[in-house]
Amino acid sequence: MSDPIKINEKCVFCGACVKACPFGAITQTERKTVPVIDLMKCTLCGACVASCKFDAIWMKEKSAATIDLSSFKDVWVFAEQHDGVIQSITFELLGEGRKLADSLGMKLCAVLLGSNVQKQTAELIARGADKVYLVDRPALEHFQDESYANVLIDLVKRHKPNVFLCGASTIGRSLVSRVAVRVNAGLTADCTALAIDPKTLNLLQTRPAFGGNIMATIETPNARPQMATVRHKVMKEADVNPAHKGEVSMETIAEVLLHSKARRLKFVPETETTMNIAEANIIVSGGRGLQTAENFALLRELADVIGAGVGASRAAVDSNWIPYSHQVGQTGKTVCPKIYIAAGISGQIQHLAGMQSSDIIVAINKDADAPIFKVATYGIVGDLFEILPLLTQQFRKVLGK
Amino acid sequence: MRYVVCIKQVPETTDVKINPETNTLMRDGVAAIINPFDMYAIEEGLRLKAKTGGTVTVLSMGPPQADAALREAISMGADDGILLSDRAFAGSDTWATSYTLAMAIRKIGAFDIILCGKQASDGDTAQVGPGIAIHLDLPQITYVRKIESIDEKTIVAERLMENGYEVIQAPLPCVLTVVKEINEPRLPSLKGKLAAKKAVITTWKAADLQCDPKCIGLEGSPTKVVKIFTPPARQGGEMLKGEPSEIVPQLIAKLKDAILGAAN
Repeated sequence: MSDPIKINEKCVFCGACVKACPFGAITQTERKTVPVIDLMKCTLCGACVASCKFDAIWMKEKSAATIDLSSFKDVWVFAEQHDGVIQSITFELLGEGRKLADSLGMKLCAVLLGSNVQKQTAELIARGADKVYLVDRPALEHFQDESYANVLIDLVKRHKPNVFLCGASTIGRSLVSRVAVRVNAGLTADCTALAIDPKTLNLLQTRPAFGGNIMATIETPNARPQMATVRHKVMKEADVNPAHKGEVSMETIAEVLLHSKARRLKFVPETETTMNIAEANIIVSGGRGLQTAENFALLRELADVIGAGVGASRAAVDSNWIPYSHQVGQTGKTVCPKIYIAAGISGQIQHLAGMQSSDIIVAINKDADAPIFKVATYGIVGDLFEILPLLTQQFRKVLGK
Repeated sequence: MRYVVCIKQVPETTDVKINPETNTLMRDGVAAIINPFDMYAIEEGLRLKAKTGGTVTVLSMGPPQADAALREAISMGADDGILLSDRAFAGSDTWATSYTLAMAIRKIGAFDIILCGKQASDGDTAQVGPGIAIHLDLPQITYVRKIESIDEKTIVAERLMENGYEVIQAPLPCVLTVVKEINEPRLPSLKGKLAAKKAVITTWKAADLQCDPKCIGLEGSPTKVVKIFTPPARQGGEMLKGEPSEIVPQLIAKLKDAILGAAN
């Protein structure tokens, strides 16, 4: 196969493409030589083609769409439910999906899979769904990767949505990665902003990469549906409007699609604390500065009073002070709460990657040079063993607890 | 039992910046390492092999330099390495990447378990593992934090969820993606380092895999990056000064409304 991108004889060695390449894939070893494109670094983004004033860079055009894009209609949202309870990420997706559907002049639809979940369709309609595709079968009581994916693949093939959003949760990411492959859709992970390009009507999907140090905007020009998982707590929840009208479409599914080779034997809930940090609006997080596992009690007390989840840095988890499921950061969870209080966390880049998009960050650290202060909305240089108990005590008073 | 571990070579740090003048990623001088999550996958493959016998094959798609990542895995104890390297793979998104890896796994033929890290530290998508599974029409257990049991036919593993864990049983062959909690990767042994030096890395190109040209590289990638940019920097914060007894009321005054508004 020939190279998908080449610099031809029109090149005047100006080096504009070298500068234009966002991925450092083009090098010019000496002046007055044709630059060389490293195809292993090149993502074929086309930035160099656009930068070249001499029309000297040829890039293979992607084949035009082989499907009729206009036959794909509506904005779909996967309604994630646990034990019949619709998860808040779903309401966030409906909030964002409404805007996209309105920009496209299309309907907003929710897809609900479960067992005995018919009642929950009203909740989805009140949050803005114009239509709910419902598959209500005992085999779908709990999430299973294969059967859930099979059902969604079937529904997508049958009804052809234009946009399909899903939460970037454990379930969401495991599920739609399968679906996107099977329906030949583009899938963008963990989006933090979505918009419709007014000219092309393509979905512009913006997401962090490299642990949040770089943002990328991604499009799926020639395939449908345009699929994306969306980060929790970034989009605003749709308001409840009991007057909103919507229809429920009961979908018939072939029995064979409900079969799953892998089976869930049981679910064991987390016992350490009740609050899941991915869901929490407030997180109090502790690091090496807490010194011992017992000292996490200081955080838990504060968390109780202000209704927060408890997080931790990698250092604290690696010291076995708190389970891994509480770890915030690159090798743990990415969180985006309204308030993030970091106590005794220095703020290594890997930790920042997991929490720097929080609305308000409070840092308490005795080292004034700790990198955490660079991202903190409010910084306190001081002893957390003095400050945390005082904070808990005074919040208790102020909040009347 | 044959274990196949899919690994990716990534920049050592995610502290990648965009040069504001040229709008290019500044990654010069950044060393390449095995994606940290893949280290847990390699380690788990080696532990399973120790338990059940068999071989561990490491598989990577990338530039010729990714050879180093495969050798590192061999120095930890993997038996052999396969590199998928071809200009035709350039521009692959997760669709094309998972297709290409799946085609290579097909060519490997007999395998029981495919292990991947839960995601790569540069792209953070977590899409390639499940993508491989569906391309091969296999069951998957993602976010595995512990393998409870394994025999020739079945695996039982714990999947980490946001609010606890699931115990999942799957028939083999099966795809697993693993989280950090599952183990602690070993360091290479001296013997392993010698083996890595001598190892012959197999290289396969698109033609070797009988890939459909429409499914690889740019052509096989539905998504397209249209823009990259630096996120707006967080505004420099406010430092609260004074004794704890003075700072705490200040902080409470600032947070009170937000806390009431955020009431869970």
